[in-house]
Amino acid sequence: MINVMKPGLLSTIQDLGRYGYQKYGVIVSGSMDPLAHKISNLLVGNDENDATLEMTLMGPMLEFKETCLISICGGDLSPTIDGKPVPLRRSLLIKAGSILKFGACKSGCRSYLAIAGGFNVETVMNSKSTYVRAGIGGLNGRSLKEGDNLKAGTLSKESENMIDYLLPYLENNDFTEIDWSISSEFISAYQQKKTIRVMTGTEYDSFSAESREHFFNEPFKVSAQSDRMGYRLEGPSLHLEKDFDMISEAVAFGTIQVPSNGKPIVLLADRQTTGGYPRIGQIASVDLPLIAQAKPGEELTFTMISHEKAQELYIDRERQLRHLKQGVALKFNS
Amino acid sequence: MNYTLRPLGDHAVVIQLGNSIQQETHEMVKAVTTFFETRTIDWLVEYIPAFTTVTLYYDPIKIIESYKPFQSTLPYTIVCSEIEHMLSQLTILEQSDSRIVDIPVCYGGEFGPDLEDVANHNHMSIEEVIAEHSNGDYLVYMIGFAPGFPYIGGMSPDIATPRRESPRLKIPAGSVGIAGEQTGVYPIETPGGWQLIGRTPLKLFKPNNDDSPSLLKAGDQIRFTPISFEEYKALEEEQ
Repeated sequence: MINVMKPGLLSTIQDLGRYGYQKYGVIVSGSMDPLAHKISNLLVGNDENDATLEMTLMGPMLEFKETCLISICGGDLSPTIDGKPVPLRRSLLIKAGSILKFGACKSGCRSYLAIAGGFNVETVMNSKSTYVRAGIGGLNGRSLKEGDNLKAGTLSKESENMIDYLLPYLENNDFTEIDWSISSEFISAYQQKKTIRVMTGTEYDSFSAESREHFFNEPFKVSAQSDRMGYRLEGPSLHLEKDFDMISEAVAFGTIQVPSNGKPIVLLADRQTTGGYPRIGQIASVDLPLIAQAKPGEELTFTMISHEKAQELYIDRERQLRHLKQGVALKFNS
Repeated sequence: MNYTLRPLGDHAVVIQLGNSIQQETHEMVKAVTTFFETRTIDWLVEYIPAFTTVTLYYDPIKIIESYKPFQSTLPYTIVCSEIEHMLSQLTILEQSDSRIVDIPVCYGGEFGPDLEDVANHNHMSIEEVIAEHSNGDYLVYMIGFAPGFPYIGGMSPDIATPRRESPRLKIPAGSVGIAGEQTGVYPIETPGGWQLIGRTPLKLFKPNNDDSPSLLKAGDQIRFTPISFEEYKALEEEQ
């Protein structure tokens, strides 16, 4: 069991999202950075979709009541265990009674804490993801509060084997780790000076030539009015060549829509299921972690990618994840 | 059946069935939705019907696994040819009958603070507005915007009223409102600028009902029935 001593700025339980209910208007939610979410799960022997804790800018302070296998991926919120710095993207065994604390945000915006067995909260409509606005999923439909208790689910064979492997090293330490490294391809997602690959959106051709030119050449800044639902961007104003009435239809994670004020909005994990604003672009799935890890004030530029190429890159990324999963299984599931 | 296909990002495809909001297009949307609702398709994550489109979310990896001989073919291309094959079997006859859902509404009072404004705007009495609103044949074109929120067509233009100039920060769940020529019901408490004319005790969003968390679905016909405050309270307790 884990006791929440301080909740942090916005810490919510998330899995990969509540799919299957968008036809009822139910928001998907899920981890903003699905890549970091998946890697953190794989490193502790979990299923990719198991629930992790998404922590934003200022992380929580957590007391581990029992010895647990964990991993921390995504943005670097300076995690320490009993004062000692903890590496990211490792499988860590943390000793009962230790305190995991997060400090300054050194890179990225969101960090993911996975625990072997996954965070055990009620499943609502097939998902454990928290959607705060409707008060569903996660821990009582809300972000963590001081005094909350978090529990882990049932351990997989791999998790058990990893714990058995690490236990002897824990004797004189607060934590110990498996010293393996993650492919650098996975880490490049958190670089500064972000160039994000974007497919042209459904209404791209209806934007003025100047707006289309600006969209792919000028930098945009993430505004302070940005959250899990969407990022508002500041930059050159984007306009249609000629106004027309849009008919609402489905939008997706990474859809970039432009209301009549000309300021683009990137739709993210807590987006509405449907939208009625013209869509200038659609972020390639593989680059969603880049935007999810961008902080307010950060600059982004967009570069065009074909829909075919975006899908190929996604397939490559999933293959790499599968290799990681097989690597863990090879070592700890025999 | 005439339609076009286009990608929405690298995980979804949009089946476009028309270009304007009308009954005929809606019937096609309903037929396509019913088709996917009644079949188990491994790669299909979910479908989202709207006014003129049905969007299918798919899993590119499952497609690659299911169609191994076509490994060099893009999942999107495979999905499109699958959809074309499936829709060629579809006749417009394949559709479920419309459900008729009764929505009891307590009009006016504290539940409908804008009812008088709506009446004044349209030079009608409050009673006439209620009669007009509860007399319409309404159709749910789609669910979107918020969990369980229905986009409803069929309101009489005689009671159309522009949105409030300054939106309210909190609109209680169940509120029935008018915005321009649209009418709608708020399933959860949200901010909003609709003119509020009444409230229903029914819960439009039931997150604990995994099978159908939304009272309404696209294609439903609805009727608004006026009820008294006492009836409202009684129904609210039953919920």
